[in-house]
Amino acid sequence: MLDNNQLLRFTTAGSVDDGKSTLIGRLLYDSKSIFEDQLQAIENTSKKKGHEGVDLALFTDGLRDEREQGITIDVAYRYFTTPKRKFIIADTPGHIQYTRNMVTGASTANAAIILVDARHGVIEQTRRHAFIASLLQIPHIIVCINKMDLVDHSEEAYNQVIEQFEEFSSKLLVRDIRFIPISALNGDNVVNRSTNMDWYQGAPLLHTLETMHISSDINKVDARFPVQTVLRPQREGFIDYRGYAGRIASGVFRVGDEITVMPSGFTSKIKTIDAFNESLDEAFATMSVSITLEDDIDISRGDMIVRSNNTPDASQDLEVMLCWLNDAPAKPRAKYTIRHTSNEQKAMIKEVIYKIDINTLGRISDDKTLGMNDISKVKIRTTKPLMVDSYRENRTTGSIILVDDATNETVAAGMVV
Amino acid sequence: MSKYYLNYLDELESEAIYVLREVWAQFENPVILFSGGKDSIVVTHLARKAFYPSKIPFSLMHVDTGHNFPETIKFRDDLINELGVNLIVGSVQESIDQGRVAEEKGKNATRNALQITTLLDAIEDNKVDCAIGGGRRDEEKARAKERFFSHRDDFGQWDPKNQRPELWNLFNGKHFEGEHFRAFPISNWTEMDVWNYIKRENIQIPSLYFAHEREVVWRNNSWIPNSDYLILEEHEAVVTKKIRFRTLGDITITGGIESDADTVEKIAQEVAAMRQTERGNRSDDKRSETAMEDRKKQGYF
Repeated sequence: MLDNNQLLRFTTAGSVDDGKSTLIGRLLYDSKSIFEDQLQAIENTSKKKGHEGVDLALFTDGLRDEREQGITIDVAYRYFTTPKRKFIIADTPGHIQYTRNMVTGASTANAAIILVDARHGVIEQTRRHAFIASLLQIPHIIVCINKMDLVDHSEEAYNQVIEQFEEFSSKLLVRDIRFIPISALNGDNVVNRSTNMDWYQGAPLLHTLETMHISSDINKVDARFPVQTVLRPQREGFIDYRGYAGRIASGVFRVGDEITVMPSGFTSKIKTIDAFNESLDEAFATMSVSITLEDDIDISRGDMIVRSNNTPDASQDLEVMLCWLNDAPAKPRAKYTIRHTSNEQKAMIKEVIYKIDINTLGRISDDKTLGMNDISKVKIRTTKPLMVDSYRENRTTGSIILVDDATNETVAAGMVV
Repeated sequence: MSKYYLNYLDELESEAIYVLREVWAQFENPVILFSGGKDSIVVTHLARKAFYPSKIPFSLMHVDTGHNFPETIKFRDDLINELGVNLIVGSVQESIDQGRVAEEKGKNATRNALQITTLLDAIEDNKVDCAIGGGRRDEEKARAKERFFSHRDDFGQWDPKNQRPELWNLFNGKHFEGEHFRAFPISNWTEMDVWNYIKRENIQIPSLYFAHEREVVWRNNSWIPNSDYLILEEHEAVVTKKIRFRTLGDITITGGIESDADTVEKIAQEVAAMRQTERGNRSDDKRSETAMEDRKKQGYF
């Protein structure tokens, strides 16, 4: 495996009916990522269930309940590697009641695969998936038009889906979108190029995943360093060492850079950037490093080191697109713990501006309740300022979660507008 | 002009260091669950990097079944000395002596499941609020559903259907007294990634991973090492083979494979060409289709 191979995370949304499990099984099987004992186990189960041949969909079964009910309940992560890249699949269920899982899987993804059944075209579920992918700002969307074998591999059927998709997707904020006609069942255009669809000139799915440009997916412009913890070894050779440890959220830092610590506003210069016992001249997102400064200033977890000529907003009033993730609905004007990077404060939902009808993608302004799977635009007030960028520009410094202090559960996830 | 993106190993390393620092920041008394296996060794190595030049700020916790490979124990003690960290040992033998658990009976009896009680007792006795493990999502289907920060109730149980959503890199380690968390910094690593990393970082691992001559018995489709705890069946015979272990557990349940791989490079090559999963040689996972899920729900590693 080449040393400079990158890691690509993608999410697959869809239900069993779309052939999502079959597609993942096909990707793993054809890229030779399935081991003999796994295959054996699946063959046994396929026989037990009376299926003809090996049911590739069984590869993605996880928990006991999922095996029994034949559904995906929770996000499952799968891994495979090709000579070009390492891949992490966040396999999420597609039903409406699992919006929260789709959002979870989408939060860290470089790419989303959206499955459309060629026979049915774009349906409500497709629109929902595309909307969530755009809301979570997944940089690349790949629409796989599946079951092409059931529409005689017809180019017309393929073009019709593209047309339907573009009709509504023009309203979404999507940077990169591609369409691939596939048959997951037969393996057409998944790993290997289909011989049944000569009219399709594009690349098969795996080749697309292996070659798409992803190094610009992370913001390399705005230098942001949330401090996770302070390293003070107080041992020989390092008596005065005071390193600020964290993972660079975005941008590039160099030794000598003039920096500002937020929210205090103190300024200094970067003295060293350390990664274990190595000193670096520069470091970029998403490296985990330890930064030391020329001056002794008071910095602790939750503070953010940024370049002085490019600072985020320090604000107590946020407008946020909020996904509610908990069975218990939001309590009006209740206080929650808000987590943003390494910062933690108290917050209150002051106002629900509108709610989104996830099926029509229209706005609902007369219903202000926030229940499980609801997506709404809200105003949040925090007790102390948070150093935020808009989520559109920065997925790390533009995201928050809310925690209910009564249960300690994560009840909502939000994207700063 | 350098490239401004990380390769996959650097990305995985950075993510794991981030998780370890987050554990340190969010919990009062975290420990690293240390088995002497390659995954917990890699986690320990990552912890060293995460806090350098400070020492690793966690104790190492070892659940000792009493059925160990002697090599593992020596390796553990040497590493503890080198790092200057504290070691906590939870002893399954003591749990048996105190009547907390009873030995399994029958042909394939092991102490594997007994570890759960010892582990949970050690967590409670030492007031541990987060136990860091080397579990990986690629190992097993129940582990594929694990979070980086995984909640355990006050009975130490995992509720896979009611897990906290985990978005972006915002981890929520809040818990009530008596509850604890498990944290899995190398969740996203595969067996191959672990070996490539061991190779790149030149990490020391127990000699058991390298091909060596050993007395073994063929049982359940793998070579089980001969030991004082092994009771031979009539048709079984002890033979000497050149083998190595892909995973390390109890000496009673860990099967070896025939191999000539005696360097990390050769092991990495061998693993790349393997057609069996690494836990395929673990009889603890073969008991049923949901063996891992059932044990994890009760509080297993």
